[in-house]
Amino acid sequence: MIVINNNFKEEVLDYKGTVLVDFYADWCGPCKMLSPVLEEISNETDIKICKVNVDENQALAIEYKVMSIPTLIVFKEGKKELVSVGLKSKEEILEMIK
Amino acid sequence: MYDVIIIGAGPAGLTAAIYLGRAGKKVLILEKNVYGGQIVNSKEVENYPAISKISGFEFSNNLYNQAKNFGAELKYETVVNLTKDKEVTTNRGKYQAKSIIIATGLSNRTLEIDGVDSFIGRGISYCATCDGNFFKDKVVAVVGGGNTALEDAIFLSNICKKVYIIHRRTAFRGEKILQDILNKKENVEFILNSNVVKINGNELLESIIINTNNEEKELQIDGLFLAIGQIPNNSYIDIIDLDEKGYAIANEDCKTNIDGIYVAGDFRTKKVRQLVTAASDGATAAINAIEYIERSDKK
Repeated sequence: MIVINNNFKEEVLDYKGTVLVDFYADWCGPCKMLSPVLEEISNETDIKICKVNVDENQALAIEYKVMSIPTLIVFKEGKKELVSVGLKSKEEILEMIK
Repeated sequence: MYDVIIIGAGPAGLTAAIYLGRAGKKVLILEKNVYGGQIVNSKEVENYPAISKISGFEFSNNLYNQAKNFGAELKYETVVNLTKDKEVTTNRGKYQAKSIIIATGLSNRTLEIDGVDSFIGRGISYCATCDGNFFKDKVVAVVGGGNTALEDAIFLSNICKKVYIIHRRTAFRGEKILQDILNKKENVEFILNSNVVKINGNELLESIIINTNNEEKELQIDGLFLAIGQIPNNSYIDIIDLDEKGYAIANEDCKTNIDGIYVAGDFRTKKVRQLVTAASDGATAAINAIEYIERSDKK
């Protein structure tokens, strides 16, 4: 998994393919619960996963209108395709990135 | 064949798994989302005996690891049917057990008006402590009249420019001490005897219409926090007797109307729904399930 820090454009917008972006914060319990699920998906599939800490990347959170965390956004060829808010199961996430 | 299938990996279900695991029973836990249950949303827990302070996340992780170390198996599957013969059907397959413990807990109650779901994460939230920071210096409203609503409003009043509290009755159910705190806040306004009847917005929430004594008024807000209680998760169950509110009917012994099927935690009819009472139910249901299995095995 890739941690976003001034590299959102290169890692997500310019990436040719599907990227799952996890908007989270360290103080958010549900986000922490989601973390191992994403880790598993990252290990078992070749889907690219990026993590955005909303406290450290407020501009990105505002740009993508993140108002609740965890929020997962699927980007395809750099375009926002799908937004999912709240804790999701592994199966639901796999369904999103199909 | 499992000895016991536990439906729901919250505090009640995981506690049951610990007791069953220690007794050497083969246990499957089915969870539709992520283990931990509602407590995952709690920033801090301060009322669990012998633990002075712990985050909901850490509590859930500890509890899950404890259950796992005693041999419980967890599958992320959604239960769609349950029979009297203890056969459980999920979205992935069928499982058979000798006994069942239902511990599916509660979900947040939503407003029964159009468009609520589509604005979740776009201005509407069920969790002030999770999402409050996204509404810094903005105008928000909290709907509800219990402790959760009042605590949410206090939390938000420290972050937001303005906080409305909308409640359908004239008085709050929540504790007076919380109301006193809110009364002193200059940026908090009470809107009583009122219901939210419409939600407006395009990509994001923009305003709501509230009805007060049959008069409608528009309120411009950026965020709407719902704290209007919870409802039992019972959609997959048709064999268990439920009360008029949808809770599974059982006494402290956690026994449902079907022999060998138990209910534990918030989903059971009871007065006090707390972390510690959920854990307590988990223990009771597990011990009764063990007795039931041993009785059945002898026959």
